[in-house]
Amino acid sequence: MTRKVLIPLYGNDVAPRFDLATEVLIVSIGADDVVEDERTVVLPHASAEDLCHLILTENIGVVICGGIEEEYYRYLKWKKVTVLDSVMGPFDRVLERFEEGRLREGNILF
Amino acid sequence: MPEESEPTCLEGNIINRDSKKIPVRITFAPVRSLDGKLLGFLETVEDTRVLQELSKKIGQAYSFGDFIARSPQMERIFQILPVIGQTHSSVLITGETGTGKDLLAEAIHQTSNRNKGPFIKVNCGALPETLLESELFGHQKGAFTGAVENKPGRFRLAHNGTLYLIEIGDLPLALQVKLLTFLDDKIIYPLGSTKGYQVDVRMIAATHRNLELMVREGLFREDLLFRLNVVRIHLPPLRERGEDIRLLLDHFFHTFTSRFGKRIRGFSNKALRILLEYQYPGNVRELRNIVEYAVNICLEEQIQPEHLPAYLTDIESWNRVESGAEHQTAPPSQTDQEDGEANLNWAAIERKMIIEALVKAKGRRSKAAALLGWGRSTLWRKMKQFGIDA
Repeated sequence: MTRKVLIPLYGNDVAPRFDLATEVLIVSIGADDVVEDERTVVLPHASAEDLCHLILTENIGVVICGGIEEEYYRYLKWKKVTVLDSVMGPFDRVLERFEEGRLREGNILF
Repeated sequence: MPEESEPTCLEGNIINRDSKKIPVRITFAPVRSLDGKLLGFLETVEDTRVLQELSKKIGQAYSFGDFIARSPQMERIFQILPVIGQTHSSVLITGETGTGKDLLAEAIHQTSNRNKGPFIKVNCGALPETLLESELFGHQKGAFTGAVENKPGRFRLAHNGTLYLIEIGDLPLALQVKLLTFLDDKIIYPLGSTKGYQVDVRMIAATHRNLELMVREGLFREDLLFRLNVVRIHLPPLRERGEDIRLLLDHFFHTFTSRFGKRIRGFSNKALRILLEYQYPGNVRELRNIVEYAVNICLEEQIQPEHLPAYLTDIESWNRVESGAEHQTAPPSQTDQEDGEANLNWAAIERKMIIEALVKAKGRRSKAAALLGWGRSTLWRKMKQFGIDA
């Protein structure tokens, strides 16, 4: 089963703030933990609401982000989205660790 | 952040591990070695939740609430103040002494988005020219004898804030030119330095002088006036604010009675009449001092005319005599002469006194000096000053 992961980006790193990110990476990971598809979406402006909307319309299963406000964290959880927050580091290393099943909330990979 | 930049303070927010948004104040400052080499930057993040609570209270206290006014002239000013606060334009405040120029400048700073920055006051009339230049613009070590270290100057201290120049009319012409350059390019050149510093400062200037008149007399630069005169606020004198006098009397009465723990009920009708009729040349400051004096002196239940400063009641009696004199059928020539005398200024009166004494002494200076109660040299100096040849 394919899982879709969304990471808000700031350059090559996980964006420190969910609500201030203007770029996101959407990765589809297949059943055998192989990346099937990877694309970057540039948003017209930073908005936590728009990002939540995108997460739901794209059927994202996991969000890996930095700081996220409680309101959006709870909303996404309620919508059955797994949120791994307070993660810091370059997105490729974060993704790698996620694929290995070793990524936890609050991990700092710099 | 460029290497030459001054410390910068920004307001923002962060999200903590508990997913709570915390308002913070972030300051970036360059760290330099003793020889001025840049070593790095220092970043401090300050939780401002407590400060925000406090500033709400301060905001209430400052919501032009320090100004007590009901008159339409002041209401017009209150209406434009919030708008002025939000701009970065220079403000020129004019008004007589004691009308609240300082209070207004501070209120503008508090309502602006620079209110987290410094509010620096400089009185241009209080310092001699050379000191003032170094005070305002700073100096470089070794720029003059006694300049043993670098001094940043008030302009740089007011970075990201407001600089309030009191009595701008007293600013010497040379410094006016320097100020003009700053208003044009926002760069400060400290004394003895070839390097300029970019500063972000909002200027508020105040004066009780008539700057247009000073321009005509060549004492104030016209181009500086134009640059300062972006937003001009004129604070009306108290005597033109009518009903505000009563309001201010009550306000200061309550302030001082509670501060001094006095049990006074209020002003007697007679005292109130004197206070309401007085012209208040010293404006609100004078009114406040009069009330403070009266509250201190009064040991009775009500403030009576005898509890007011003597000069008030003297003027009152003088006024009564004068108004009485108008109704009397005195020879017109005499009253004219009296009015004329009242209109003369002190210099003219002094000149007249000297001439009269000289006439009485038949031109003998020593006798004239004795008649005037002066020394001979004083008389000689004054005669020279007034251009009197005996």
